Amino acid sequence: MGWFDRLKSGLSRTREGLVGRITSIVTGAGRIDEDLYDELEETLIQADVGVETSLHLVEHLRKAVARERISDPEQLPGLLKDRIREIMGQETAPLNLQSGGLTVMMVVGVNGVGKTTTIGKLAQQLKEEGRRVLLAAGDTFRAAAIDQLEVWGQRTGVDVIRHQEGADPAAVAFDAIAAARSRGADVVIVDTAGRLHTKSNLMEELKKVRRVIDREVPGAPHETLLVLDATTGQNAVQQAKAFSSAVDVSGIVLTKLDSTAKGGVVIAIARELNIPVKIIGIGEKAEDLRPFNPGEFVDALFTR
Amino acid sequence: MFENLSSKLQETFKRLRGKGKLTEADVSEALREVRLALLEADVNFRVVKDFVARVKEKAVGIEVLEALSPGQQVIKIVNDEITALLGGTNARLSIAPKPPTVVLMVGLQGAGKTTASGKLSAWLKKQGKRPLLVAADVYRPAAIKQLQVLGQQLDVPVFSLGSDADPVDIARAGVESAVKQGRDVVLVDTAGRLQVDDALMQELENIKAAVHPHEILLVVDAMTGQEAVSVAETFNQRLGIDGVVITKLDSDTRGGAALSVRAVTGRPIKFVGTGEKLDALEPFHPDRMASRILGMGDVLSLIEKAQAQFDEKQAMEMSQKMRKAEFTLDDFLQQLRQVRQMGPLDQLLGMLPGMGQLKQLKNVKVDEKELVHVEAIIQSMTAQERRSPDIINGSRRKRIARGSGTTVQEVNRLLRQFEESKKMMKQFAGMEKAMRKAGRVPFGPR
Ligand SMILES: Nc1nc2c(ncn2[C@@H]2O[C@H](COP(=O)(O)OP(=O)(O)O)[C@@H](O)[C@H]2O)c(=O)[nH]1
Ligand SMILES: [Mg+2]
Repeated sequence: MGWFDRLKSGLSRTREGLVGRITSIVTGAGRIDEDLYDELEETLIQADVGVETSLHLVEHLRKAVARERISDPEQLPGLLKDRIREIMGQETAPLNLQSGGLTVMMVVGVNGVGKTTTIGKLAQQLKEEGRRVLLAAGDTFRAAAIDQLEVWGQRTGVDVIRHQEGADPAAVAFDAIAAARSRGADVVIVDTAGRLHTKSNLMEELKKVRRVIDREVPGAPHETLLVLDATTGQNAVQQAKAFSSAVDVSGIVLTKLDSTAKGGVVIAIARELNIPVKIIGIGEKAEDLRPFNPGEFVDALFTR
Repeated sequence: MFENLSSKLQETFKRLRGKGKLTEADVSEALREVRLALLEADVNFRVVKDFVARVKEKAVGIEVLEALSPGQQVIKIVNDEITALLGGTNARLSIAPKPPTVVLMVGLQGAGKTTASGKLSAWLKKQGKRPLLVAADVYRPAAIKQLQVLGQQLDVPVFSLGSDADPVDIARAGVESAVKQGRDVVLVDTAGRLQVDDALMQELENIKAAVHPHEILLVVDAMTGQEAVSVAETFNQRLGIDGVVITKLDSDTRGGAALSVRAVTGRPIKFVGTGEKLDALEPFHPDRMASRILGMGDVLSLIEKAQAQFDEKQAMEMSQKMRKAEFTLDDFLQQLRQVRQMGPLDQLLGMLPGMGQLKQLKNVKVDEKELVHVEAIIQSMTAQERRSPDIINGSRRKRIARGSGTTVQEVNRLLRQFEESKKMMKQFAGMEKAMRKAGRVPFGPR
């Protein structure tokens, strides 16, 4: 099974939820009328696309229908798909890995979204690609967070640089970079404690970690990944805004897409903030990580 | 994004200002905006639909209180309804008659179960209980260690059989260990799981069968979106949850998930988590949550003030009428409506000295559904009939029943209730006079 097929199967629930319903609405409807638009809007909102974006998408459909004198409701899903694809971008956004020299990545997000798990998965994948990876246990706040990352290090055969609980996360990042240099590692991934985007002191702490990384490796972090939980509703937009303005997020990881949650808020985020989604999480195991390809994502979303 | 909606809402309500009664069009227009506000707050789509339909039914035709604009009136109704739907303050765990009480913590991955378990154990300790934490999350790396660290910080013992044991065995052995150690509450921290993961949901059912928990608490992240309904429905169907803990309310989420979960399970929200510190666990306040979800704090406090003034004025008028025994069916209807907003009449009067024993009170209890019929019946009467119900003979009764789509029995019952209230009012007015002499005014400002 190629990765596209696996993505498709991983997304099958998402797809059935969104497209299955839209398609049945459309085939059941017979003609394009207000009820049909209402139901389309409902379906989008139920997928956590959000009010504004859902209204935008439906409005877009209305205009297209009027402009192109469309009368066949079965054309609507295709139109919707095109518009979402346009918003999400056509290209896969790859991780920014340096070809020569050290790549530093920083992983941020609110509590419990799947940062540490994603780092474990990333370590596995990068290692499989032949890269030498080092992890920095920068969550020095949550009880046993360091041990959690350590377990992932053992699972994937990757070293973890750790300090005591309560230590300065910037110092952990600093040490990890030094260790990466002396051990000849290619990639350092810095874990951070979950924090609500509304806590300014904690956001300051995050800025400091970023500054130290930048000072030690000019131009780094090469990736600042914001992890979002697909189960989250419209607050994800707030999270994306706040983390972006604090640490300049370069990409989004959308986790827990193996649930029935639709993760539709990503469309709203792409529309408002233009941050690409780079990776999706579809389970708790090391291999449950996929690149997010906007085109294929939307295809998978709308393919029967 | 939301600022837009909020100001749009204000606009709509400004336009509504200055009308006497809420018409269907007024209400529909206002509720369209309310619907968007609730959806934007992540209240589940289905829940919003039901809610809006119900509020519409209640709001149309409602007399706009004198001190409020019609728009404020709609907000008030919406806010009251959300508060009612969210239920009461309920920071309680049911305690088993024979210890230990077993509490099972369940929910999705990352919801905050472990932290909530730690916080609950601290809260129980403060209540003089001797809790035991049981580490039954064998899946997430270092989850057991996390609970052990929390236990250490809180000085609460943690039971574990390591991560190779079966969670069902761990739970069972944990309870046995509590009995031996004389711990009176057992908090079982389980692994996070998707509600669609059949095998792991089965595991929870097995744990439930093994330890017969007295409380199964569903832990829900306040930032959850539309999925909250499916999560709550499935966990409730499979386990029968007893209560809900909402976590991460210290974020800036509007928290519509709280309303969704409550609406589909009917289970009380018992606690909310408001921070990472282990004492950041609070009782749930439905009124605060309602205004948070609605997102119109300023408007609401304005309404509150206006309402207080209005209540005072109306109470005076009513008590005047009572004293003169001018109480009519119109007043009766108005009063029933008001009572519905204030709380049950019998409770209200029961608080006054000497009133609790009045036997008539038993018959004036207001049933919410009945109120709709009562309204219909009174509206089918002529103005003269409302003023002097004595003239309502058999044929009039038949006509009224037909006109209101009710039965003669119902009309009879209403007239009887009215007579009883009138009698009671007289009695009450007499008492009021006596109390006034003694320097107490029962119907004064509350
Ligand atoms: N089902 C599912 N669970 C996930 C996924 N990613 C993470 N999790 C789980 O979510 C919970 C929180 O993850 P963790 O990495 O500790 O979050 P952090 O606090 O952001 O570091 C753990 O139980 C993970 O196993 C995913 O893609 N799917
Ligand atoms: Mg973590």
